[in-house]
Amino acid sequence: MLEILANSLPQLAEGLKTTIGLTVLSLILGTILGIFLAVIRIYGKFPLPYLIIFYERVFRGIPLIVIFFLFYFGLSLQIGLNIDPFTAAIFGLGLRGAAYQAQIFRSAINSIPEGQMVAARSLGMSKLSAIRNIILPQMLRLSVPGWSNEFTIVLKDTSIAFSIGVIELMRQGRYIYVNNPDYVLPVFLFIALIYFIMVISANKTLSYLEKKYKMSGFEIGVER
Amino acid sequence: MHMLEVKDIHKSYGDLEVLKGISFSMNKGETAVIIGTSGTGKSTLLRCINQLHPPDKGEIWLDGVNITDPKIDINKIRQKIGFVFQEFNLFNHLTALRNVSIGLEKVKGFTKEKAEKKAIEELKRVGLKDQAKQYPAQLSGGQKQRVGIARALAMDPTIILFDEPTSALDPELIGDVLDVMKSLAHKVAMLVVTHEMGFARNVADEIIFMEGGVIVESGPPKQMFQNPKKARTKEFLGRISTLYGKD
Amino acid sequence: MESLPSLLDGLYITLILTFISLIAGLFLGIGLALGRVYGGKIVSAICIGYIEIIRGTPLLVQLFIIYFAFPSIGITLEAIDAALLGLSLNSGAYQAEYLRGSIQSIPSGQMVAARTIGMTKLQSIKNIVLPQALRISIPAWSNELIYLLKYTSIVYIIQVKELTAEGKFIAAETFKFLEIFAIIAIIYLVLTIVFSTIIEKFEKKLRIPGLGEKAKIGLRNAL
Ligand SMILES: Nc1ncnc2c1ncn2[C@@H]1O[C@H](COP(=O)(O)OP(=O)(O)O)[C@@H](O)[C@H]1O
Ligand SMILES: [Mg+2]
Repeated sequence: MLEILANSLPQLAEGLKTTIGLTVLSLILGTILGIFLAVIRIYGKFPLPYLIIFYERVFRGIPLIVIFFLFYFGLSLQIGLNIDPFTAAIFGLGLRGAAYQAQIFRSAINSIPEGQMVAARSLGMSKLSAIRNIILPQMLRLSVPGWSNEFTIVLKDTSIAFSIGVIELMRQGRYIYVNNPDYVLPVFLFIALIYFIMVISANKTLSYLEKKYKMSGFEIGVER
Repeated sequence: MHMLEVKDIHKSYGDLEVLKGISFSMNKGETAVIIGTSGTGKSTLLRCINQLHPPDKGEIWLDGVNITDPKIDINKIRQKIGFVFQEFNLFNHLTALRNVSIGLEKVKGFTKEKAEKKAIEELKRVGLKDQAKQYPAQLSGGQKQRVGIARALAMDPTIILFDEPTSALDPELIGDVLDVMKSLAHKVAMLVVTHEMGFARNVADEIIFMEGGVIVESGPPKQMFQNPKKARTKEFLGRISTLYGKD
Repeated sequence: MESLPSLLDGLYITLILTFISLIAGLFLGIGLALGRVYGGKIVSAICIGYIEIIRGTPLLVQLFIIYFAFPSIGITLEAIDAALLGLSLNSGAYQAEYLRGSIQSIPSGQMVAARTIGMTKLQSIKNIVLPQALRISIPAWSNELIYLLKYTSIVYIIQVKELTAEGKFIAAETFKFLEIFAIIAIIYLVLTIVFSTIIEKFEKKLRIPGLGEKAKIGLRNAL
C-alpha cells in the first residue's frame, strides 16, 4: 500500500500543482470580476444592472460541466479559438464563480449603512472615490465568510475539469490506475485525503483571517 | 456680499413638496440656528445646500459663486461645506485618525503623513488626541460626534452644516459636543439644526424658525426669544423651552 | 431536431437521479442530523466524521471511488446505481447540516415543554422538533434540489446517460457543440427557474407565522 502511494507520488504531485493552479487563478478571476459585477449592479446606470442580473442568472443556472463544454468544445474547438483545456477551465470556473461572488459582495455592500456613502460624498469625494475608499474596504471585510465558502466550492469543483481533459489530480489518478488496476482504491482514497486536507486547512486559515480582519469593535449597523 | 445666500429654494420628493421657497443669508463666521418641528424640512434644507439632494428650483451662492449651477464641480464645493450628521456616520473601518485624514488624502491630495499630521491637530482641537487609534465602535457617542466634527473641520470649510448633532446622544454627553461647537463660533460659519435652546440663545447670531417648508420668522436670539413677531414662533419656543430647558 | 428524443431520454434520467437522491439524501440527512445533535458521544462523532469527510471532498472523487474502486473490493455497481448511491450519500451530508442548523434554531424550551407533558425524548423529537425543523429547512432544501439538478451532470463522467451525456454524444457526432449545449443550458435554466418557483409557492403554503425567521444555514452554491 505504502509502496503504491510512493510510486504514484510524483504524478499526484504534478496533478496537485494543476489543481491548485486552477483554484487560485479561477478564484482571482472570479473575485475581481465579482467585485465589478456587484458594484455595477448596485451603482451602475440602466441598463447595466439588468445585464448583470441576466449574467448571474445564466451562470448560476447552468451546470459547470456544461459551461466547460461550451467553452472548450464549443468556443475552442468548434469556433477555433484554440484555447487549451486548462485555460478553458479557468474561464469556466472564474466566470461562474464571479456570478456567485457578485452575490456575496452585493449583500455585503447592501449591509453597509447608507450614511457611509453620504458622509463620504459630503467630504467632497466623488462617487468612484467613495466606492473605492469607503465602500469596498468594508465590503471586503464583510465578505470573508461567504468568500471562504466559495473558496472550498471552487477547490472541489476543479475536479470537474477532468471532463475536458485537464490533467489535474483526478486525471492523474485515472492515469495511475489504468496502468495499475490494483492501485485504484488506495490512489483515490489518497486523492480524497489530499482534497480533505486542503479543504480543512483552507477553512481554518480563512476563519483565522476572518477573525484577524474583523477589527476590534468593528460592527456594521451598530451606531450608538 | 454675503458669504452664503440661499435664494427661493424649492424641493419635492415625488408629490410631497418639502421646501416651498426658502431664502436667507449668512455672513462669514456667523452662527445660525434652524429650529422647527420634525418633518418640517430642516434636514432637507441642509442636504440641498451641499447638494446631497439638489434643489428643484432656486439658487445657492457661496463666496460669490452660484453653486447650483449645473456646470460647477460639486465635489470641489463640498470641500468648503462641512457636514456633521445626527447619526455621526463615521467610517466604520477606519480609526478616528484615519476618519479625519482620509478626506485630506483622497480629496485634497495631501500625502499620508501631512494628512495625518493635520488630522492629529484637528483631534486635539476637539479634545480627542488620545483616541486617535480607536475605531468608531470603541468610542462613546459624544466622542464619535467630536470625531465627526474634526473630520469636517479638517477640510478647512467656510461653513459647517450640523444636522441635529446632539439628538442621538445620551444627555450627559451632549455638553462636550456643544462646548466644541461653541469654541468654533466666529472661526467658521455654522448652520445648525438643533433643539438645544441654550446653545441657540448663547451662541447663535441668528435664529431661523421653519415650519411647513417655509421660514416663519428669523432674527437675533434676543428678538426671537423675548419679542417674537409671530404668535406661532412664540408658541413653538415656549413649548420647546419647557421640553429642553432654558440653558 | 432529430436529437430531441435522445435529449428527452437523457432529461428523464437527470430528473430521476435528482429526485431519488434528493429523497434518499433527506432520510440520510435526518438520521445524521439527529445523530449529531441528540446522539451520544460516539454516535455524534461518527455523524460529524461522515459529514465532514463528504463535505471536504469533491463529489467526483466519491463517484470514482464507488464506481471504479469498489469493484476491487468485490462491490460492482451499474453506473446508474453508483451514481444514485454517490449522489444520495453526498446530498445526505449537506442536508444533515441544513437540518442541524434548523434544529439548533428551535428554542430549547420546545423540547422542555414536550418533555413536561410526558413525551419521551424520541416522541418529542418526532412530534415537536422535527416538524418544525423540516419546515425551517425548506428553503435550504430547495437550494439542494437545484444543486443536485445541476450536479447530476457530472455523473456523465462515469458513463451514465443523462442529459449532458446524451448532448455530448450528439455533439461529438455532429460537431455542433455550441448549438447542442446552448439547448442543454437552456433546459437546465428553465428547470432551475421552474423548480425554484414551485418550491417558493410550496414554502409559502407551509409557512408558520414567526417560525424559523432567524435560522442561519450555510448553503452550498445552488442559486
Ligand atoms: N429621501 C427622501 N425621500 C422622500 N421623502 C423624504 C426624503 N427625505 C425626507 N423626506 C420627507 O420630507 C419631509 C421633511 O423631512 P426632513 O427634511 O427630514 O425634516 P426634518 O429634518 O425637519 O425633520 C418629511 O415628510 C420626510 O418624510
Ligand atoms: Mg431632520
